[in-house]
Amino acid sequence: MSSNIEDIINIHGRGPGNLIQILQDIQAEDSYLSVDSIASVSEAMAIPESRIYGVATFYKQFKFIEPGEHMIKICQGTACHVKGSTPLLDVLESYLAIKPEETTEDGKFSLERVACLGCCALAPVMVVDNEVYGKMTQEKIGELLDTLRNGGDE
Amino acid sequence: MPERTILICRGTGCVSSKSPEIMEELENLLEVHGLAEKVEVKQTGCHGFCQRGPILIIEPDDIFYCEVKVEDVQEIIETHLEKGEVIDRLLYTDPQTGQHVPNYKDIMFYKNQQRVILQNCGHIDPEKIDDYISAGGYVALEKTLAMTPEEVIDVVSKSGLRGRGGAGFPTGKKWQFCRNAEGEPKYVICNADEGDPGAFMDRSILEADPHAVLEGLVIAGYAIGASHGYIYVRAEYPLAIERFAYALETARERGYLGRDIMGQDFSFDIEIKKGAGAFVCGEETALMASIMGKRGMPTPRPPYPAMSGVWGKPTNINNVKTLASIPVILSKGADWFASIGLEGCSGTAVFALTGKVANSGLVEVPMGTPLNKIIFDIGGGVPDGKTFKAAQTGGPSGGCIPAKDGEINVDFESLAAAGSIMGSGGLIVLDEDTCMVDLSHYFLSFTMEESCGKCPPCRIGTKRMHEILGKIKAGRGEPSDLQKLEELAYTIKNGSLCALGGTAPNPVLTTLRYFREEYEEHINNKRCPALVCKDLIWYTINPEKCIGCGICARKCPVGAISGEKKEVHVIDHEKCIKCGICFQSCPPKVKAVEKKTN
Ligand SMILES: Cc1cc2nc3c(=O)[nH]c(=O)nc-3n(C[C@H](O)[C@H](O)[C@H](O)COP(=O)(O)O)c2cc1C
Ligand code: FES
Repeated sequence: MSSNIEDIINIHGRGPGNLIQILQDIQAEDSYLSVDSIASVSEAMAIPESRIYGVATFYKQFKFIEPGEHMIKICQGTACHVKGSTPLLDVLESYLAIKPEETTEDGKFSLERVACLGCCALAPVMVVDNEVYGKMTQEKIGELLDTLRNGGDE
Repeated sequence: MPERTILICRGTGCVSSKSPEIMEELENLLEVHGLAEKVEVKQTGCHGFCQRGPILIIEPDDIFYCEVKVEDVQEIIETHLEKGEVIDRLLYTDPQTGQHVPNYKDIMFYKNQQRVILQNCGHIDPEKIDDYISAGGYVALEKTLAMTPEEVIDVVSKSGLRGRGGAGFPTGKKWQFCRNAEGEPKYVICNADEGDPGAFMDRSILEADPHAVLEGLVIAGYAIGASHGYIYVRAEYPLAIERFAYALETARERGYLGRDIMGQDFSFDIEIKKGAGAFVCGEETALMASIMGKRGMPTPRPPYPAMSGVWGKPTNINNVKTLASIPVILSKGADWFASIGLEGCSGTAVFALTGKVANSGLVEVPMGTPLNKIIFDIGGGVPDGKTFKAAQTGGPSGGCIPAKDGEINVDFESLAAAGSIMGSGGLIVLDEDTCMVDLSHYFLSFTMEESCGKCPPCRIGTKRMHEILGKIKAGRGEPSDLQKLEELAYTIKNGSLCALGGTAPNPVLTTLRYFREEYEEHINNKRCPALVCKDLIWYTINPEKCIGCGICARKCPVGAISGEKKEVHVIDHEKCIKCGICFQSCPPKVKAVEKKTN
């Protein structure tokens, strides 16, 4: 077992109530839950792997495939929906040539739909690498992707 | 003592519009101008007016600047702070009169609100416990600890407070049940899952005034006889989690939390649990399963949490706003709280006012305030010369109130009578450009995806409803579909295990009730009057208007637009994905791209 997983488990404790927190912390470090890390958690906490998968697949937050370099989350909550987030998703899908929950071939971008980021007054909203972009338009998306592609962080 | 204080909002909304950079620039330039001693810069939580962020308030002048940019900081210092002149262009413009409004108190958005739960939001630094204490914080806890638990429950009961999580259950009664229940230890939970997509009241409160929620939870713990509290916050709210965690730390240091609170024989602590992205986990039994590290699936009630909750022990669960009301009730008294709002429905309602409304943000009004007052007197009405069509409350469990019923009072009973629900506070304004069939389809796709799958009426029923709505949206609907929708709705409502399924048909039922003709247009005439449903609309370029600038062709992500420079362009409908970028990017003076339906 990698020492990090052991540390994380020690911080939270081995009680079954801490499983979700432990998985969250592992994902925060590795950006996804690998087959190996689930096996390690199973062994360390004496919980069958099937049970861990059962819990982890229930929650949308957990990922089992390594995501791309930039994580693009597009809000599909109600406020964003009525302000036109569906066409924004269409534009993203065609620019990136992927569907939601997929990663581009070059491993640069992953696309995810989320239901409300709590910034509804700025609808429609996108989050790229944990930075919130409000009042988005189809046009702004193109510009944002260009800067990300060129390595800028803005 | 500084002569002036500049309050700068650092809620999620304003942070996204660069308020930390503004704060940094302010601090730097104040130093450069030798004003660092005279002017204090203070971060606050959400003012609730995120749409106009970043927001900056200068006290004691009481000047409210909005949509401030880093480049404006120099001018604020030189013109406002040094010369004492107000900067007109940074003031809020009233959408109705077009006039600039300098003072915070005069802005319609704030003037017509009554802030009780949100009283501190935007006025104190959420990361400074002393700010909360100077605003009267922890007085209620001190009072509480001098009373017996029964007396505390009595005050809460007398205040008439009802749960703000959606169902409106009387809080005092709930506490009493849990207090009376057999079993040790007991638990109290703050429900901060805020699953309604399109609502952010709970996030803002946690970010702007975390100690109020914390204090409320400690008081609940004392009244019920619990030793342990949980707060279950959705993972999409990192800043709220960070602020609350910090509040826990400082409260422990000051003895408001932990062993022998305030020197009394009462020990209580709180643990944060992060949600992991499941709407159903806002439902109390599912939430408790999640706290125990399991799949967040609801269980039948009874047993109610008050009897058998987390770890099989008596558990009390309340919403963020319910708990944030507790300290005010204890410090100002039950009668004071009961005098606000309506009889049987006291206190205030907090809404996240969003959608097609001029002033979008957090709104707090007495229970029973007319819907129109919220939308027009506070929200400033629908922008861009469009007309108000309906208001959606209660999120995926709620419904749409049509504009003609805008005089309806906003409280639990009135909204339920109209087929909607109060919900936890999402209020989305819809205008003529919103298609009701599309909106129903949207909500059903949400509930279908979020259904935990345990009970068939919800799992299969929402899927079937979603399919039918999809068919209607695509122009393949049949007249008999509307009856099928109603029959399915009935089955799902009555047969589902929890209220997720029990309320999932509401968006469809209310739109069928108030906007049936819109469904019929889609079915009989294959038209989408609001020009939303993709399969029923198309974009064209008006050859009379097109100036051949080529902007749309360059922007089109699929290369569907062609035309020589300075000549009329055309859209290839085979390639077009109807994303609308051409419609948006055609210069406003030209407006050659048009959206059409049958
Ligand atoms: C599907 C579903 C989602 C819910 N989501 C929330 C939520 O996000 N926040 C909340 O406080 N209550 C939510 N509730 C209501 C809770 O089950 C519970 O009634 C509430 O937390 C009780 O608190 P209160 O008495 O203070 O209202 C939800 C209920 C259902 C059925
Ligand atoms: S609906 Fe998109 S941020 Fe809330």
